[in-house]
Amino acid sequence: MRYIEPHAHMVSRTTDDYERMALAGCEAVCEPAFWAGYDRSSPAGFFDYFCQLTQHEPKRAAKFGVKHFCWLCINSKEAEDVKLAEEVIELVPSFLQSENVLGIGEIGLNKNSRNELKVLERQIELAAKHRQLILVHTPHLEDKLKGTRLILDVLKNDSRISPERVIIDHVEEHTVEMVLDCGMWAGMTLYPETKATPARAIDILELYGSERLWLNSACDWGISDPLAVPKTALEMKKRGHAAKAIEHVVFANPKRFLSQSAHFKLD
Amino acid sequence: MTRRQILDLYFLDARHKLVELAAFLDRVERAGGAEDFRLRDFRTAAALLGSKKRGKAKAVLLTFSDPTRKPLTKAEGKGSLGAWKRK
Repeated sequence: MRYIEPHAHMVSRTTDDYERMALAGCEAVCEPAFWAGYDRSSPAGFFDYFCQLTQHEPKRAAKFGVKHFCWLCINSKEAEDVKLAEEVIELVPSFLQSENVLGIGEIGLNKNSRNELKVLERQIELAAKHRQLILVHTPHLEDKLKGTRLILDVLKNDSRISPERVIIDHVEEHTVEMVLDCGMWAGMTLYPETKATPARAIDILELYGSERLWLNSACDWGISDPLAVPKTALEMKKRGHAAKAIEHVVFANPKRFLSQSAHFKLD
Repeated sequence: MTRRQILDLYFLDARHKLVELAAFLDRVERAGGAEDFRLRDFRTAAALLGSKKRGKAKAVLLTFSDPTRKPLTKAEGKGSLGAWKRK
């Protein structure tokens, strides 16, 4: 079955993962800019990273017939240093015309601090100014509820932001409803130990409908599974979901949201 | 799916996870030292499983969540512990 992986950090994955994803039916992978597992020491580190996302990684994916897209920003884990964040934000516009850039992301919050909020607001401003789609990371574990509320408040208070052009990622049972109620899209991340499992993600689909929900693996350098989306498609089949309904969630939905960017083309 | 079909598909997996939780509690109770906020919230959340009310996954997640609304003055570190440590 064809699918789109709408959130994967492929710079942290092996080339074998691309091959396995292609064999499983992956047609496109979308890579938000994120934390490398350590703090970069200067804006130059981010400049190189943005070059990697816009120039090198698409070529690596193309070897397996997979289209590669990306999102650019400074992530929330490096947003406590506002001066560094502002310098990185200044770098982003020069990359926005690269043909695989979909928007600003993954912006958001990590520990829900004032500086993180300030940087989030600057990046929402950037997205509004350049009419970009927005992909939002919500905090982990005990910080997710509070962070999701704070993020939604900022987005709802900005009249320039159209909710249907925003995806709030890593939702779980306690945050999905508030996101969908705002008219935004919600992403469910399938992790072996945190976030959602395939069974829980399908529960959420059954409870809230699949109109504005997508599934992603968010595979990175941590414990994660680049085949989590097709494995969840298989789980949906076991649960009696029809092939058309499965394709709607794993292919049509991400295609519909991402096609709001002129850069998202599968052919 | 019917209740029977759900049980056929998930019962063994859920049973396995429940035994793991019980063994975890036995293990932590055998160990010396004081309980902390994580274990306190874990016991609160585990007690929710006996309820017949729906929305147990959400209720468990809320038990571990920071319910406050005010942003922190400063982020101290980057990681999360899985339960909210009240100030």
